[in-house]
Amino acid sequence: MTPRTEAQEARNRSRRHVSERRMEDAVVGETSLAESVLTTPIVRPYGDTTGDGMVQVSFTLPLPHDKRAEGAALQLAAKMGMEPAILVHAKAIGPKFTFFVVYGSVTHLVDVREVQVVEREYDLLSAKDTNAAIRKHLRRKLVVVGACIGTDAHTVGIDAILNIKGFAGEKGLEYYREMAVHNLGAQVLIPDLVNTAREVRADAVLVSQVVTQRDAHIHNTQAMSAAFREAFPKGKVPLLIVGGPRFEEGSAGTLGVDRIFGRGTTPGEVASYLVHALVNPPTPSRKGA
Amino acid sequence: MTSRARRLLDLDPATVRRARTLARRAGKPVVDLAKAHTTVSVERATLRLAGLSGADHENVPWVNHLVDAVREGVGLEHGVTTPVWDALARGEAPDLLTLAQKASSGGVSFRLPEKAGLTRARRNARRDVARGIRTIDRQRATRDRLITKHGDPETKPWVYLIVATGDIYEDIPQAQEAAREGADIIAVIRSTGQSLLDFVPEGATREGYAGTYATQENFRLMRAALDESSKELGRYIRLTNYASGLCMPEIATLAGLERLDMMLNDSMYGILFRDINPIRTFVDQRFSRQIHARAGIIINTGEDNYLTTADAVDAAHTVTVSQLLNEYFAKEAGLADWQLGLGHAFEIDPAVPQSFRLELAHALLARELFPQAPLKWMPPTKHMTGDVFRGYLLDGFFNLVGAMTGQGILLVGMMTEAVVTPWLSDRDLALQNVRYVMNAAGGLTEDFHPPRGGFIQQRAHQVLAEAIELLEEIATDQGGADPHYPQPLLEAIADGTFGAMKRAPTKGKGLDGVVVKADGYDNPAVTLLEEGSTT
Repeated sequence: MTPRTEAQEARNRSRRHVSERRMEDAVVGETSLAESVLTTPIVRPYGDTTGDGMVQVSFTLPLPHDKRAEGAALQLAAKMGMEPAILVHAKAIGPKFTFFVVYGSVTHLVDVREVQVVEREYDLLSAKDTNAAIRKHLRRKLVVVGACIGTDAHTVGIDAILNIKGFAGEKGLEYYREMAVHNLGAQVLIPDLVNTAREVRADAVLVSQVVTQRDAHIHNTQAMSAAFREAFPKGKVPLLIVGGPRFEEGSAGTLGVDRIFGRGTTPGEVASYLVHALVNPPTPSRKGA
Repeated sequence: MTSRARRLLDLDPATVRRARTLARRAGKPVVDLAKAHTTVSVERATLRLAGLSGADHENVPWVNHLVDAVREGVGLEHGVTTPVWDALARGEAPDLLTLAQKASSGGVSFRLPEKAGLTRARRNARRDVARGIRTIDRQRATRDRLITKHGDPETKPWVYLIVATGDIYEDIPQAQEAAREGADIIAVIRSTGQSLLDFVPEGATREGYAGTYATQENFRLMRAALDESSKELGRYIRLTNYASGLCMPEIATLAGLERLDMMLNDSMYGILFRDINPIRTFVDQRFSRQIHARAGIIINTGEDNYLTTADAVDAAHTVTVSQLLNEYFAKEAGLADWQLGLGHAFEIDPAVPQSFRLELAHALLARELFPQAPLKWMPPTKHMTGDVFRGYLLDGFFNLVGAMTGQGILLVGMMTEAVVTPWLSDRDLALQNVRYVMNAAGGLTEDFHPPRGGFIQQRAHQVLAEAIELLEEIATDQGGADPHYPQPLLEAIADGTFGAMKRAPTKGKGLDGVVVKADGYDNPAVTLLEEGSTT
């Protein structure tokens, strides 16, 4: 029962299983080994062989570590569609909990045709093109106000987008010559954000919500958008943008904002969107490049 | 350890002295400024020492009511205690609590007593405030006794783990479990909004955002639970919370009264990262550090924050500058070397070539500059991407730097940083990581001698030189933006020297709670703390 044997055994069992499955279990629409993955809409997770369906999960059960707990872990894996599941690691965390690592082949198939994604509705522009578009069409600086609101003190998100240093090799909006950026920092009160936006005549307001609990990011965002709609006449509300890892794609409407950006967004994407939404009148038919 | 560390980097003692001299030159005018002011929170803390606690039905603490009432009546220029104990002596109310209750509805008229009345009010105030100070002294003695009984952790660094559920009754079993798994220090993260509250919430709390409110009752409950754990585990488990934000002096006081063992307490964090008024911060900070000194509490400073907002290589010297300033302010307030948990962090982008060697150089520099301080070594957060496997490796390297450079306090890194608040299993895996590294490489401090003039030495010398350059700039800063505040450090803060954030002395949250002291100002707490008296 040393981990080494367990792991070896797991690998052997997995190999055996995959070869069995490949012989008996070809799925209609699934590619053979020779075919390119891209040509089929039906896919399975990939361990080390096409079609093996291998996944790895880890979880903790509120059970003391014994045979029964290991059986319970396998039962959970089976209910998650892992068949067969291989328990490769189990370790007690204190007297009441056990941590498991389980490998196994999932019975589920993924149909890529059924996946829905929000396509980027604007073209990606270089910093130069962004500046040029603002200069040519807006003929003044595009004013951006950014902040972390509510109790969130984590400015990493807003700083990644606004600070010159930027993120992922792209310079932040402060670097754009045709933008005037006001980064208000963390824990900005909503009334202060609204006032600043009015004072500097903001075209767009960027709000970041990184750390959140009990849907604080949603409540804060809704309070923020309501405050803006109250403070500005209809049609004069600045473009409202929120960013953060916890926002759901497609929830902009419920939040009362114009656009949501998720994890991994780069400053260039935000800048391009600003040009799309504020500088060029939006043309609904345009699709991402 | 000390002499060995000295040899490791070959720092010129004259250069190190120069750095400290500059920190003192920058800090001294700010200390003078702090001494010339008081704040609503300092005054409330003083009332808490005299035993006033609790809140009205809307959860507004009685200390807030009483300080506000005195401020409205006669102002706070002379301190809150003189008018309050004068009112008690005049029979306005039989005790402090009743007086606060009466005052909250405007039923008390305060005055500034003279002659015999003044002497009496001051004497009585001192008598009552001294009781709180003696409670703090007793708690310190209790801690010493429990440490003797249960023992300190066998090895260094002490393992520091964070608990943050928002619910004190969830925090307690999690903290006890963490202690069983090997944590030596439990930090209960505060609800993120608390630093901007101008009052301390009351009672046991079950609702918080990304953390649990710091309240006297929560402190008491957690300390009692960890006393049980200490007994069970045969080592004293320390408890940490945050003395920062607008109520810094009060939280420090409650920490002393309830025997917390460490407090996060940075000299400039609130100014830069919470936009709290600089003067408010320096006044509150000095009082809170005086309390910490008395209570035997180890402070933890927040230099890690500079590295999360700026590049960890470019801004390495700002950490050193902040450590030197924190040291100056701490010692001025009476803290001893063993109480200075000066912070630094492993935040260099892993994509930077030789990032590990740079981290080693920076960590050794801190170790060598502050040989007697229990440095607090903090894990990567900025470059934790959500790839938990890579994050686990990064945390391993972080632990290795901790082992190789003899850090005093090691904040355990979580592979799920930036993904979720730590799960039970995350904590367990993280502790396994720490144990593996300490077990495998704990003695490496004996063998690790960076070569003279090599990469690590050169880098450390460079960072120290840059720190001195910045300190020189700060100590001589005369932007002259505000003639009322000629203090160079305030100038430097105002013109964005730290963390690229500009914080003017006339702006920021909590400014309206700052009061210039009159000639007759009296605060028995400060007197007792500065004299070291107990009655």
